[in-house]
Amino acid sequence: MAKNIQSLERAAAMLRLLAGGERRLGLSDIASSLGLAKGTAHGILRTLQHEGFVEQDAVSGRYQLGAELLRLGNSYLDVHELRARALVWTDDLARSSGESAHLGVLHQQGVLIVHHVFRPDDSRQVLEVGAMQPLHSTALGKVLSAYDPVAHTEALEAERRSFTPRTVTDPEEFETMLDLIRARGWAADVEETWEGVAAVAAPIHDRRRMPVGAVAVTGAVERVCADGELRPELIAAVRDCARAVSRDLGARPF
Amino acid sequence: MTDAHTTGPFIAAIDQGTTSSRCIVFDKDGRIVSVDQKEHEQIFPKPGWVEHNATEIWENVQEVVAGAIVKAGITAADVKAIGITNQRETTLLWDKNTGEPVHNALVWQDTRTDALCKELGRNVGQDRFRRETGLPLASYFAGPKVRWLLDNVEGLRERAERGDILFGTMDSWVIWNLTGGTDGGVHVTDVTNASRTLLMNLHTLAWDDKILASMEIPAAVLPEIRSSAEVYGTAKGGVLDGVPVASALGDQQAALFGQTCFSEGEAKSTYGTGTFMLMNTGETPVNSYNGLLTTVGYRIGDQKPVYALEGSIAVTGSLVQWMRDQMGLIKSAAEIETLASSVEDNGGAYFVPAFSGLFAPYWRSDARGVIAGLTRYVTKAHIARAVLEATAWQTREITDAMTKDSGVELAALKVDGGMTSNNLLMQTLADFLDAPVVRPMVAETTCLGAAYAAGLAVGFWPDTDALRANWRRAAEWTPRMAADTRDREYKSWLKAVERTMGWLEDSTVEE
Repeated sequence: MAKNIQSLERAAAMLRLLAGGERRLGLSDIASSLGLAKGTAHGILRTLQHEGFVEQDAVSGRYQLGAELLRLGNSYLDVHELRARALVWTDDLARSSGESAHLGVLHQQGVLIVHHVFRPDDSRQVLEVGAMQPLHSTALGKVLSAYDPVAHTEALEAERRSFTPRTVTDPEEFETMLDLIRARGWAADVEETWEGVAAVAAPIHDRRRMPVGAVAVTGAVERVCADGELRPELIAAVRDCARAVSRDLGARPF
Repeated sequence: MTDAHTTGPFIAAIDQGTTSSRCIVFDKDGRIVSVDQKEHEQIFPKPGWVEHNATEIWENVQEVVAGAIVKAGITAADVKAIGITNQRETTLLWDKNTGEPVHNALVWQDTRTDALCKELGRNVGQDRFRRETGLPLASYFAGPKVRWLLDNVEGLRERAERGDILFGTMDSWVIWNLTGGTDGGVHVTDVTNASRTLLMNLHTLAWDDKILASMEIPAAVLPEIRSSAEVYGTAKGGVLDGVPVASALGDQQAALFGQTCFSEGEAKSTYGTGTFMLMNTGETPVNSYNGLLTTVGYRIGDQKPVYALEGSIAVTGSLVQWMRDQMGLIKSAAEIETLASSVEDNGGAYFVPAFSGLFAPYWRSDARGVIAGLTRYVTKAHIARAVLEATAWQTREITDAMTKDSGVELAALKVDGGMTSNNLLMQTLADFLDAPVVRPMVAETTCLGAAYAAGLAVGFWPDTDALRANWRRAAEWTPRMAADTRDREYKSWLKAVERTMGWLEDSTVEE
């Protein structure tokens, strides 16, 4: 059996020592409780402090657990929170693009639609909240696969069905496409899932730059594309929207 | 905002609200170009008393107007009109020679006039002025607040009778200052704000001499009552110097206008901490026998006034906050939907949040909150579901009352406010009302309503049809619940409501 890493064991022991109630301990208390030299204990504490797992009180110099530990335990972003934050921006996206806007998150092996803003014309439309979309062929799914490693694994391991002649199913081609998406910062689906339908999507990040979802505009291919190319102003609008939502979630400017 | 806008012209709307003042610049399509906002202090001198510093508010208004104009990258020349919307009923008296408020503004939530209202009811009770004003004698409304100030600020009554003192709700205060203040400011209010004073006759749209006499309020302090959409004057000084000030609407009426509820029977409901629902009842005021208020919806220029029925729910968003802050069952307000969605139904539990009694249509101050139907089976997720259902059932009760009073069936409900981001709530609402629930694309319907009214007054938009054409549906929830399920659930809800009543035994409030 491989030997455990000693400094990690010591760090874990320190965190346990500081846990439980409102505990603040000085360097010498920590060092003596764990039977460590002060210098060794200080080195570990400084590293933990740098990672945000431990904080040092400015006045007393004593150590306590850091806020980052709490965040680790609560890192899951509620999708309804995401919708509430995105509401204003996705309304504006639909309005400025003239197409419907969707917000999607990874759920099991697909994209779960958590928010949908109607195309701003007077046509009858059905709310698609709660619907699932495939990961490998839709703009939302491709963005998630490109940025979220879990989505990436799901997309690679799942059966990638061919919905139209344009669906990318070959694993190597799929990876090349994801590289391009990461390089450009957005993904497209031009009749790769539904005939006659095109979409553009961009990733939403939280304050730790973790990909938490994606936003897309979707419409008839003849409106979303012009002269065989995606309309650049639509791409810009989607990316602006994704950035605005990310900013609302606390992500620093790109 | 996400893309380049057309290069004007624009309308600037000022929303002088309860917690903050905002200015939003709109373009011709009714899209938001820029926003600026600043909160002001809530002053609580005693339990139940709530005041605002009106000087601070005016400074904030000037600041947010400048902020929004700068953010939009435009000048006064690009702005065709200024519209005003405001927290309703909040009452201010100021000296017209110095422009100084004589006291902090008394905020609508302030209950210091409770006893005075009872006294004013004499032997008739709280409906003494209902026929003339459409309102019960309650502490929200401005008239009794004016009387309290006249009685309690030393020497004020003499100054008021001499004609040195002006009264206004926040629309009047903002307009007077915008148009020059002591240097020729116009002293006006609009019909919607005046309809919340308990001093205006709903039928004549004029101050009611008899009520003024009963409340001992000198007519000299009163602003001129004007329509909601006309040019009252032009801005003097500041970044919008020379721009016409062309609309004023109380916030809930502004939302009705912004939702383009221009036809009889159209209704909007705003879901915030509490909920306010207004239904357009056309050109005649409808008396309510089911606990609703009758109010002016709006009046455009010299056209006939449009009236509305109003029902409010005291506890809606605040119940979700209570679940988060007091019960600790959720970490954020949005999480209520996650928790509630984890179960298929309420598990037999019903939550009636009569925290401070039952409001419309019951008006029972002896009621207190109840969670009914508990069994071993019920989990916190069922309670979360019951929390959302409480908002939906209370809306149903108000729509039922509106139908009874007006004889008009609700065709669809237009919704706005923070809680519209809750998808489960919106679906539940459609299910319980058995009517489609529609959310518009611009969430800021209050400011939009003020902008629309101002734009109409200066010809920026030709008519209400043009405004309707601007309205965009962002989402629509259609009823999916079987009729027998709905009926059975409604019956259970009503049983739960019954169980809240009579909890307080020595209620001092007359029924």
